[in-house]
Amino acid sequence: MNSSSGKGSMSAASSSAAWKAGDVVPDQFPAGLRVLVVDDDPTCLMILEKMLRTCLYEVTKCNRAETALSLLRENKNGFDIVISDVHMPDMDGFKLLEHIGLEMDLPVIMMSADDGKHVVMKGVTHGACDYLIKPVRIEALKNIWQHVVRKRKNEWKDFEQSGSVEEGDRQPKQSEEADYSSSANEGNWKSSKKRKDDDDEAEERDDTSTLKKPRVVWSVELHQQFVAAVNQLGIDKAVPKKILELMNVPGLTRENVASHLQKYRLYLRRLSGVSQHQSNLNNSFMSPQEATFGPLSPLNGLDLQTLAATGQLPAPSLATLQAAGLGRSTAKSGIAMPLVDQRNIFSFENPKLRFGEGQQQHMNNNKQLNLLHGIPTTMEPKQLASLHHSAQSIGNINMHVTSHGVQGSQNNSLLIQMAQPQPRGQILNDSTGSHAPRLPSTLGQPILSNGIAANVSTRNGIPENIRGPGYNPVSQTSSLLNFPMNHTSELPGNSFPLGTTPGISSLTSKGAFQEDINSDVKGSGGFMPSYDIFNDLNQHKPQNWELQNVGMTFDASQHSNSLQGNLDLAQSILVQQGFSSGQMNGQNRSAAVVSKAMFSAGDCTEQGNAQNVNHHLNNLLVDNTIRIKSERVADAGPANLFPDHFGQEDLMSALLKQQDGIAPAENEFDFDGYSMDNIPV
Amino acid sequence: MERNPMRRQLAIMRQSLFDQGYLDEQFIQLEELQDDANPNFVEEVVTLYYRDSARIILNLEQALERKPFDFNKLDGLMHQFKGSSSSIGAKKVKAECTLFREYCKSGNGEGCTRAFQQLKREYATLKRKLEAYFQLARQAGPAETACCRKE
Repeated sequence: MNSSSGKGSMSAASSSAAWKAGDVVPDQFPAGLRVLVVDDDPTCLMILEKMLRTCLYEVTKCNRAETALSLLRENKNGFDIVISDVHMPDMDGFKLLEHIGLEMDLPVIMMSADDGKHVVMKGVTHGACDYLIKPVRIEALKNIWQHVVRKRKNEWKDFEQSGSVEEGDRQPKQSEEADYSSSANEGNWKSSKKRKDDDDEAEERDDTSTLKKPRVVWSVELHQQFVAAVNQLGIDKAVPKKILELMNVPGLTRENVASHLQKYRLYLRRLSGVSQHQSNLNNSFMSPQEATFGPLSPLNGLDLQTLAATGQLPAPSLATLQAAGLGRSTAKSGIAMPLVDQRNIFSFENPKLRFGEGQQQHMNNNKQLNLLHGIPTTMEPKQLASLHHSAQSIGNINMHVTSHGVQGSQNNSLLIQMAQPQPRGQILNDSTGSHAPRLPSTLGQPILSNGIAANVSTRNGIPENIRGPGYNPVSQTSSLLNFPMNHTSELPGNSFPLGTTPGISSLTSKGAFQEDINSDVKGSGGFMPSYDIFNDLNQHKPQNWELQNVGMTFDASQHSNSLQGNLDLAQSILVQQGFSSGQMNGQNRSAAVVSKAMFSAGDCTEQGNAQNVNHHLNNLLVDNTIRIKSERVADAGPANLFPDHFGQEDLMSALLKQQDGIAPAENEFDFDGYSMDNIPV
Repeated sequence: MERNPMRRQLAIMRQSLFDQGYLDEQFIQLEELQDDANPNFVEEVVTLYYRDSARIILNLEQALERKPFDFNKLDGLMHQFKGSSSSIGAKKVKAECTLFREYCKSGNGEGCTRAFQQLKREYATLKRKLEAYFQLARQAGPAETACCRKE
């Protein structure tokens, strides 16, 4: 396997060297694979150990999850793969799975005597790369090395994806990776991301097996640096390469960052989704692994739906998000929304959601699984369509948001709208793809912080997504989002246009916004503003959407209506987020338009949305959020707002500000009391 | 066919365990793991199983004494027990576990109690049979093939 033949000589050398450095002799791979097996049942543990030894693996067994974690933490790079039981007395196997994924980024296989669909699905959504039913046969263990290889391969791929493969510092082997990944890149990447636990990518690539890079253990400090870097960059801009540069940690590679970014997004997404609507979100789509930023749509849709489903996120918003998310994938709208993650999640539903129509169907279905669930139903086709783009991006956001309980279809439309507008701005850093996933997760989190955002907050880590390249506008939103989320300054770059859906806002705040938002966020703590926005929006005419503003979302903010603005803002934010902050600027306009469209289209929906939004918002935020929004929004005028990006971010921040009841955050957007109408569309 | 009469007897005993449904395919997996490095692997695993599962049985008994039944807890305990039992290939015991869990899910306390009694009987029966089996295996001496699997 380690044949280095594919790669350049250098890669070959490095790869074999890598293996050697590790513990496995290249040509003996997979012999020597270092497995950690965790099970509280001593009988099973003994049998597994013997089986693994028979497969020539190096086995370490432990009967407690805590022990396993400390073992892993102490021996960074000491293991290649972990096998864990689901039901353990001291810690739930899925929790362990999350920890491992986030901190060590190791492939984890879950086991259980329980073969119920729900449990298996949980494994999938939590990022397990495989699920074994007990009693485990040795044949099942013989092939576990493929998960190690696949992961490595995907990490390389991520690397490429995010960085736009031209990284000079890429090693030759990367180019190899790039070769086959680029050829089937889309599919590969997506599929691998999507079906991490599937063996559909089982093509073992010799090079990947040889590409054993020293495993990086993500300590708390390292992770914080990572999150800070992501926030700083903005969701849209949070490409692994840049993150790496910012972090400036010797020995850390881009791949490490890329894969961590992915996980992070998934994690955030999951957190927001889980806390909120576990049933829906978790199961369906929180597949962390999917965090890849691939087609956001899946995610977006999902989150949105979830949110919508939960009722927290206005259905429309969900739709928007979804659309955004979806859009991403379709690359239509370029909604870069970090939907990537969504992709995983929504993959089920996405296809439908994507375009509004689909969503509708979904929504009606109550497919809990698909986060979009909520969204599709409410979203009106047209809205959805427009939103599509934005939705995609938003979708990501929504994803999380939705989980929060998107109110229902109504919101969705909003969301979707927002999503749509996002001109392919790439909201989510399409290029990076990885970003995309981020948003969704982040979005979900931040936005929901307040009530909904519950989930979101946890995500904060996601900032990365939001950060996306050039996510300026997003920053604004991020602040907004931040609020909900935990208000942690960290808000993951979710800069997703949380705008519309509360959840969304959270997303934005999530990470990406952190940086930007911080200023804005003022500590509103929850981005909830988005909710308010909705309320307001309803009141205001859809026109707000016209915000040409910068970030579409801002257009909304532009509306003095405040609510509207908020909504727009939220939407635009969402959209923006999806689009990858950078793009937002230009896109914002469109986003704004979209949002407007959404609003108008969904007049009724808006109302509904607004209500929904309000619902959430009210719950989550304080009314002032709305107020703030209006202020902010006003400033959002294109001119004021960041030239392009801004829209969302500003909105978000504005929204967030409102939360605080303060003047619009000083965010760049400078929204202060700027009536939306002023916003030069 | 084993020339050694004891080995032959052992083989017959083993086969009947399978034929009568006491053991299933998983037991064979264990046998396959036994090698020169671990010549008594199967017996060790089974011993470990009986020791560890005794604890779970005790927990189940205690839980069944508390009325009303905490079905969740009972189900959880039985899930553990089932996992263990299935890993050594205890077919009948595993079937009783499944039945017990069904009763738990439907909240049938009476059914649970009955199923548990039946389970303990099966559990004890298997233990007896396996003890005899391993004893004979030790007496038969180290066979060319550990659990006289290869005939």
